Amino acid sequence: MSLALIAALPFLGALLPGLMIRAGRTACAMATGSATALALIGLLLHAPAVLRGEVVQARFDWMPGLGLNANFFLDGLGLLFAGLILGIGLLIILYARFYLAKTDPMGQFYTYLMLFQGAMVGIVLSDNILLLLIFWELTSLSSFLLIGYWKHLPEGRQGARMALAVTGTGGLAMIAGMLILGGIVGSYDLSVILTQKEAIQASDWYLPALILILLGAFTKSAQFPFHFWLPHAMAAPTPVSAYLHSATMVKAGLFLMARMWPVLAGTDAWFYIVATTGLVTMVMAAKIALFKDDLKALLAFSTVSHLGLITMLLGFGTAEAAAVAVFHIINHATFKAALFMSAGIIDHEAHTRDIKRLGGLRTLMPITFTIVTLAALSMAGIPPLNGFLSKEMMLEEATHTVWAGIPWLFAVLATIGAMFSVAYSFRLIGHVFLGPVRDDYPHKPHDPGFGLWAAPAALAVLVVLIGVAPMTMVGDLVTVVAGAVTGGDVTIKISHWHGLVPALWMSVAAVGAGLILFGAHLRLDALWLAAPRPEAKAIFDALVDGIAALSHGVTARLHDGALSRYFVIFTLGVLGAGWLAWSEGGHVPGLRNVLPIPGVALAGWLLLAVCSVLVAVLHRERLLALVVIGVVGLIVSVGFIYLSAPDLALTQISVEVVTIVLMLLALNFLPKTTPRESSTARRLRDIAVAGAAGLSTAALALALMMRDFAFPTISDYHLANSYSGGGGTNVVNVILVDFRGYDTFGEIIVLGIAGLLIFALAEALLRGAANKRLLEWVPELPKSGDRHPLMMVVAGRVALPITLMVGVYIFLRGHNEPGGGFIAGLIVAIALVTQFMASGFAWTQARQRVDYHAFIGFGVVIAAATGLGSWLAARPFLTSNFGYFRIPPFDKFELATAALFDLGVFLTVIGAVMLTLASLSRIAIRAGETVNTTAMDNDPSQPAPAKGGH
Amino acid sequence: MNHWIIAPVVLPAVMAPLIVLLMRHDLTLQRVFSVAATLGLLTISAVLLVQASSGGPQVYFLGNWPAPFGIVLVLDRLSAMMVALTAVLGIGVLLYVIGSGWDARGKNFHALFQFQLMGICGAFLTGDAFNLFVFFEVLLIASYGLMIHGGGRDRLRAGVQYIAYNLMGSTLFLFALATIYSVTGTLNMADLALRVADLPEGNGALLRVAGVLLLIVFAVKGALVPFQFWLPGTYALAPGPVAALFAVMTKVGAYAILRFYTLIFGPDMETNGTFYADLLMPAAIVTMILGMVGVMGAKSLARMAAFAGIGSMGMLFMAMAAFTPAGISAALYYLVHSTLAGALLFLIVDLVQSRRGTTGITALPPMAQHGLITALFFGAAIAMAGMPPLSGFLGKLLVLDALRDRADMALLWSVILVASLLAIVGLARAGSTVFWKAHASPGDAAAHESEPLAFVAVFGLLALIVGQTVLSGPLTAWLDGTAAQVFDSGAYVDAVLGLR
Repeated sequence: MSLALIAALPFLGALLPGLMIRAGRTACAMATGSATALALIGLLLHAPAVLRGEVVQARFDWMPGLGLNANFFLDGLGLLFAGLILGIGLLIILYARFYLAKTDPMGQFYTYLMLFQGAMVGIVLSDNILLLLIFWELTSLSSFLLIGYWKHLPEGRQGARMALAVTGTGGLAMIAGMLILGGIVGSYDLSVILTQKEAIQASDWYLPALILILLGAFTKSAQFPFHFWLPHAMAAPTPVSAYLHSATMVKAGLFLMARMWPVLAGTDAWFYIVATTGLVTMVMAAKIALFKDDLKALLAFSTVSHLGLITMLLGFGTAEAAAVAVFHIINHATFKAALFMSAGIIDHEAHTRDIKRLGGLRTLMPITFTIVTLAALSMAGIPPLNGFLSKEMMLEEATHTVWAGIPWLFAVLATIGAMFSVAYSFRLIGHVFLGPVRDDYPHKPHDPGFGLWAAPAALAVLVVLIGVAPMTMVGDLVTVVAGAVTGGDVTIKISHWHGLVPALWMSVAAVGAGLILFGAHLRLDALWLAAPRPEAKAIFDALVDGIAALSHGVTARLHDGALSRYFVIFTLGVLGAGWLAWSEGGHVPGLRNVLPIPGVALAGWLLLAVCSVLVAVLHRERLLALVVIGVVGLIVSVGFIYLSAPDLALTQISVEVVTIVLMLLALNFLPKTTPRESSTARRLRDIAVAGAAGLSTAALALALMMRDFAFPTISDYHLANSYSGGGGTNVVNVILVDFRGYDTFGEIIVLGIAGLLIFALAEALLRGAANKRLLEWVPELPKSGDRHPLMMVVAGRVALPITLMVGVYIFLRGHNEPGGGFIAGLIVAIALVTQFMASGFAWTQARQRVDYHAFIGFGVVIAAATGLGSWLAARPFLTSNFGYFRIPPFDKFELATAALFDLGVFLTVIGAVMLTLASLSRIAIRAGETVNTTAMDNDPSQPAPAKGGH
Repeated sequence: MNHWIIAPVVLPAVMAPLIVLLMRHDLTLQRVFSVAATLGLLTISAVLLVQASSGGPQVYFLGNWPAPFGIVLVLDRLSAMMVALTAVLGIGVLLYVIGSGWDARGKNFHALFQFQLMGICGAFLTGDAFNLFVFFEVLLIASYGLMIHGGGRDRLRAGVQYIAYNLMGSTLFLFALATIYSVTGTLNMADLALRVADLPEGNGALLRVAGVLLLIVFAVKGALVPFQFWLPGTYALAPGPVAALFAVMTKVGAYAILRFYTLIFGPDMETNGTFYADLLMPAAIVTMILGMVGVMGAKSLARMAAFAGIGSMGMLFMAMAAFTPAGISAALYYLVHSTLAGALLFLIVDLVQSRRGTTGITALPPMAQHGLITALFFGAAIAMAGMPPLSGFLGKLLVLDALRDRADMALLWSVILVASLLAIVGLARAGSTVFWKAHASPGDAAAHESEPLAFVAVFGLLALIVGQTVLSGPLTAWLDGTAAQVFDSGAYVDAVLGLR
């Protein structure tokens, strides 16, 4: 079976439980188990070849550019771990079937479990370290789901988050480490990397890579000082604890260290970091385990301790120690998984896992007692069980190790670690099973059904078998695996009796002292409880909460909606960046002469400056400010005329009129004054910033005006081709509808959208909370008694046809003289707006049944259709055409497609303005404005009672 | 003349007014034609993608005027890719809008939506600096309309801030264009590239000022610190699907920076050298940190998604600021990913909002379809935080790899990794509170419509992310080609001005 398929099978299997749970819990478990079993069979089929020393491979390209490929390989180390993962996985599936309560969603559980299993298998089969990283992070994610499986329990949620944060940190560090490693070697494939020991260890980047990779390994394998997450992960259901937190996931870090051992180990840095961390972890965790009352917490710390032991062995950097590490990995997986499952059984049966509430279970649960005793004795290192064998070998290696010139340090501390291990193992047996039967269990315990104890029993059998006949059972395996780890041939000899070597005496001392500790547990426990000790969870929570609170404080305060501050920062940013750009130099001032300033221009300029300042000064009086804004606009229009830009002037002045009128109408429903909200200091700051921005803009404009173009401009072409190519003598208009008609097309759409959105906005206001305010609206200013004055109505009506005619005229002449669709549209809109203002919206609207949506729609469609028409002539969008015609009695005249386009512009402009007006009127009517039935309040042609006929 | 090039602009530009004209009273009709037009856009963009993949840039001369005197559209791999991304996102968002009934909560949604697509596509396709301004206006005004769709006090208030802030940007855009024109006498981008390269001495300072002003304009769109202030309120308070569509709007800023600062103000130009890159990189770093710090500190899922968007822009700009082919390729990969992932997250947040009535990160009783939405959120969070197995992780690897040979590599890597950690922890905290703690809260799920079409859209986006992950190999190879083309400004200039 292809390795890729083996890695994929658990993922595929993850799809099954969600479905199969519909067929019942047993079917669900069986379906899940079959996927695992299939993968295990596939793996075992490769076993003979691997044990012969061959390496099985499967390769698929994924991202060859990056060097990330789906490359898998299977050697002894991979075989051992994949076997553990799938084998124990199978047992866990069986166990969980009977462990989970009926109310637990079993489908979900198995799905998560299979995702995790797939990720683990992926890690151990990866030949590509980037692929390995992916699976690595996947284990963090799936374990997050598994730890938080009981979502209603706060411990589960918090434990899950803590595990994710810690292992996630390590994972991120490892990303960097792996990328560096790949950079040194030039490949991310392990099969290449593992051959490059010299290159890697000689590189300047070796130490950073080592530290970053080890961060990943240490966090995953719960090494000091990252061990604190593991006990909290025990909030997970017991099958999860047994699987992830003893047998597999926490060993991923060990796997990685073993995998990288050939290229990373053997240096001082490796020894001092890895071996020391392992030693500290082993001793510290073993001590804590002794004082834990929760069965799973005890086992958790014991696990941490044993992981430390294995880490230490790998850290020694010798082939012998690595072989012992491999052997202990196997042993630990067997006895610890059995113990976890047994702890789950006890919890399941007695409804508590508090050691202080247990005791005397020996007779009530004889089967469980047997399993636990065998496994715990192995954990304590009592012969002839398998734990004894590897512990002896570990102690032997420790005696050969010199730490910073101190030859006895490792030996002594390892013995102390072993001593604690003995003590808590005996406590596990003694305080749970021995002693008198109690009558205050939360639930009367008895042995569970076969389904629940079968899995731990199978493991206990292995504990004994490996213990009794180690070479037969695992000799070959350990040899091959150790060979794979060290990258060389290793001869393994596992035996119970090595003679009267120091390790034996250390072992005896550890057992003896351990028993004494166990005996004195009651008094030691009191001391332990009385001593102050840092609570990792509290520190972690405070840290994360602190960071979260700080983050919230910073980001919320920065983004609190204070628009004026945003603008200050914006302006300062612009000024700062602009100054940087300028100050790098390279400016030669222009050579143009300053023209003499005529009096008119000076007066206009002064008026403009004064009015602009007045807007700022008067902005609290909104009506007044609006009037001043109108003046500014007028002066700008005059300026355009003065500078010989009649088109611009016409546009500007009509835009000015329309906007001021619409803004006046809108202002009617807004407060007439702006409250003073900012302090004097704030205003001074704003004045300074705005002043700097204004002066900088002026300086920039001056610098530009003082010089000539560095290149000939494209406008010469426009001047030259306006008539011959565009058929118009008004270059501005030809630019608008032809040279850059596409820009105009965009701009009329902007106008059209503005109309549509103002309509939608008014609609939203009328349906929202503002509606209530409108209904209760009381005008601030006294209403005029004569809302629809006779004079205005009459004047407006007289002006209407004239203005319309002017509009048409302006439109038609646009191509050759100042004018065009845009200006014409505005003029016509002004004429219409006048009618509405004079006689009221509803009255006027009733006489003119047009929906202005249609104007916008038609306008844009006509403009677009004109553009598309050129496709018929196989020309690009918006290509214009024009011709000269003569129909008697008229003079020769020109017809241009551009005029059609301009018609679209014309209609859209009218539509946008009028739709805005309509939207404002809707608001006015909602605010209580009455609908008049006559055109004017005092209509001389009507009898008197019509007055105020609202 | 290849009319396909203008089709992404013309199709929505015609459909939108037709919707206004003929269908404004019937929502079903609007929906049908809006979907049809968006599917059409998708088809067109696929054709363009195929066309762009083979051969060099293609030019469309509007009005048949020669460059640089008229306006040109330029189709190359980059613009084709951006248009395709817009179309894909557009159809997803549109289906969600219809499925969730968002379009019935206000007027003119579909017309504004089509105009929005038109504006975005136009900005990607144009080869003219002033025309880019026009399309910035189109997409700004349309986006404002969409943003305030449905109304509500907070949304309207945020809308004012959005439009006001972006109008500052528009004004600055005009300043920048005026300065550029005054110095060079042209606004055609290819022509600008030529003229900037040949700039006579004594003009450097002015042109750099123009360049930096333009950079700020694009930075506003791309939410680059310190010009990101408009984003959190806007995205958090906009209708969910609109915020999802906006995921591509920040990319307009990124696209424009990429285009202008390789083609016209590239690091090889004597006038500016690495000046812009040196400004961009620190800003990008702070953006990424600020975004992920915001994720960590957010009190609502909507704001969290908004800050995640800022953070992802930071990472995108970091890759881009390297201005190397590898950096650009990585940036583009991440651009696609972060657009899809950001949109996905916003849609899911909207599912939550519509069922719980709030996106606040607090424990409330389970909502309708709780399990399904939980799973979707988990997926989106993985994507957004850049965790495996989704493309965010691959994008992160690509970015890290692209930044490897720089002197400040240690800083850049630390920023990316630490910011990722903040995102992971922040998303995990929020998710476990909103989705898991709900099981500890008493109360039953309030009934809610099942909205199958909305879920189709959400799953569709997720499937796209998965697709990007699986097809990463061919995609990165294609993007490498795109990055190479981006740096080949000679080919671009020749295509536009060659016919002169």
